[in-house]
Amino acid sequence: MAATPEDKERLRRGSRRHVGIVVAVIVIALVLVAVAVLAGLLNPAPAQRVTLLGSGATFPYPLITKWSSVYGNETGGRVQVNYQGGGSGAGIQAITAKTVDFAGSDAPLKPSERAAAPGLLHIPETIGAVTAAYNVAGLSSGLNLTGHVLGEIFLGKITTWDHVNISALNPGLVLPSSTITVVHRSDSSGTTFVWTSYLHLENPGWNSTLVGKAINWPVGIGASGNAGVAGKIQTIPDSIGYVELAYTVQSSMKVGKIRNPAGNFVLPSLASTAAAAASVPTFPTPSGDWNNVSILDAAGANSYPIASFTYLLVYQELNTIGTSMTQAKAQALVDFLWWCVHDSGGQQYAASLVYPPLPPTVVTLDEQAIRSITFNGQTLHS
Amino acid sequence: MHPFRKSQDFGRPMSAETLGDPLFQWFSTVVAFGVIGLLILITVILSLAAQESIRTFGLGFLSGNVWNPVPPLVFGSVPFVYGTLVTSALALLFGVPISLGIAIFLSELSPPWLRIPLTYIVELLAAVPSVVYGLWGIFVLGPVMRVSVEPVVQDIFGFLPIFQGNAIGTDKFTAGVILAIMIIPTISAVSREALLAVPDNQREAALSLGATRWETTRVAVLRYARAGIFGAVILGLGRAVGETMAVTMTIGNRNAISISLFDQGQTIASWIANNFLNATDPLELSALIELGLVLMLMSLLINIFARLMIGRVLRRGEGAA
Repeated sequence: MAATPEDKERLRRGSRRHVGIVVAVIVIALVLVAVAVLAGLLNPAPAQRVTLLGSGATFPYPLITKWSSVYGNETGGRVQVNYQGGGSGAGIQAITAKTVDFAGSDAPLKPSERAAAPGLLHIPETIGAVTAAYNVAGLSSGLNLTGHVLGEIFLGKITTWDHVNISALNPGLVLPSSTITVVHRSDSSGTTFVWTSYLHLENPGWNSTLVGKAINWPVGIGASGNAGVAGKIQTIPDSIGYVELAYTVQSSMKVGKIRNPAGNFVLPSLASTAAAAASVPTFPTPSGDWNNVSILDAAGANSYPIASFTYLLVYQELNTIGTSMTQAKAQALVDFLWWCVHDSGGQQYAASLVYPPLPPTVVTLDEQAIRSITFNGQTLHS
Repeated sequence: MHPFRKSQDFGRPMSAETLGDPLFQWFSTVVAFGVIGLLILITVILSLAAQESIRTFGLGFLSGNVWNPVPPLVFGSVPFVYGTLVTSALALLFGVPISLGIAIFLSELSPPWLRIPLTYIVELLAAVPSVVYGLWGIFVLGPVMRVSVEPVVQDIFGFLPIFQGNAIGTDKFTAGVILAIMIIPTISAVSREALLAVPDNQREAALSLGATRWETTRVAVLRYARAGIFGAVILGLGRAVGETMAVTMTIGNRNAISISLFDQGQTIASWIANNFLNATDPLELSALIELGLVLMLMSLLINIFARLMIGRVLRRGEGAA
């Protein structure tokens, strides 16, 4: 096609407009750079700024992020805590490779993991509870359930809501005959580990090859993250899934009461989760083997049975990290940890974010752990 | 006048301009070969990282249909390959006719004042991040499919095995619809270019023979542009095969091979996205990387197949003409 004069005119106008855009972009970029430089000049870095690097479990991520911002302010910006979620597995890998100063993990170290990273301390920093959340028309919160029944549902053996095993737990309640849709996590997750460990504990048919952060699910649909599972449950009628307590509270989901070893049906809450944590009679030493520590099916009349600690993992001798660890950083890390586990510090922010505060027995244990941390053989907290 | 061009300078050698040609040539060459090098590098690195899984499972990886990350570890790729193929095929089935309709309207039928705004709006679909499509899929499309679409389809076609089962709006069907919406901008934009490139004398010739508008479009325009349209479809397919977030949020993430489109499934990309971050076992990590390699090979095969098809279509066209 031959170019008409109008075409040429349009082309010319087009290229002029392009030049205008390019100039505008350059001007904006220059202004941004100038602002950044000015801000840097006017607000010089405080003396001896320390950045503590952490990574790991996503479950405590909101809490640690809150701590990071509050602690940063309290120290006048001197101590920055940079915690990246990415999963417990990623955190354990990072602390084993010594690329972070501390890690977060929902599961205690397995013996093989302990052997790969000797000298790691377990410091429980908060407690998680996993709820059985459902969406059934006509049912409100508080359906009575047991670990055995939940196991049957997640194995695909109980497929309708009016199954005799469910109605037997809920006398007087009219249950629909609709088909149950099971929702589980599709990503690997500490929440899945806690949930499958509990089902293994309660249901003989749930064998040990179905326990882990990710498993080969017998039935159900998968969704990524607590938010994903919560979203699926809320949009699919007659569904049931497992979700962290914080998510069910924040999105007002309906959750089941679970029967604990004392025989009581207990609603998940901050109080019933803290009761589970407080019921543990003895703990290993912080540097000991925590692999068997569990607050699943904890004793106590009001203990919620599906709960677990989540841990910060820190080297007892901080020079293990290598040259990136300095005296100032080691001191800052120990001070931060001490602040995190106390009511006067980090724990006061737990409840508002729906994390159960640590019971006194656990705080005492954490104090013992933090006091034992050294740098080049010198203790850092007296 | 172009602001950068000095019209009186023609023929006068200038140092910057004499340097410009070789520099430009070198730059283009290096960039072009860099892309080839990058592709080779990716393949090599993936193959190396997948060694452990390849050695452990061999061909069993390509025929296995179980993915068990708890000891005893067993990893097979069939459910993911199957899910990828099914959702991508659905996406093309829904997406291509709509995209072609859009492209034909924009190039042949639309009044000029509507053309530009409509083009912009269609292309805007491509600018929506896929996680947004995913969220929309969970909260809007999924429920609509469950309540209004799937029961109707089941009422009419329920006797077909592909429409049986408990339809809950989170399944391969919904994922296919989301993918179709996501590939529409790509296919329609590229097809529109192909249609616009059809010379006007093609249309004039058809019209002068008494063809109606539809006949003109079908015989003179679509036939002429079919290679370009085919290329557009393949570009869209490429996006559908590799799409991750929106699929994983709508497909239901179940590692199962089932004939019904109302059952949940899993695609290669969504499975890798779901599990890569937290895979700590070296064998599982290696198996996930091998899965990536499988996805790459699949894309490669699709592309080669497409090239062959284009070649055949073009040759047949010449023979007929």
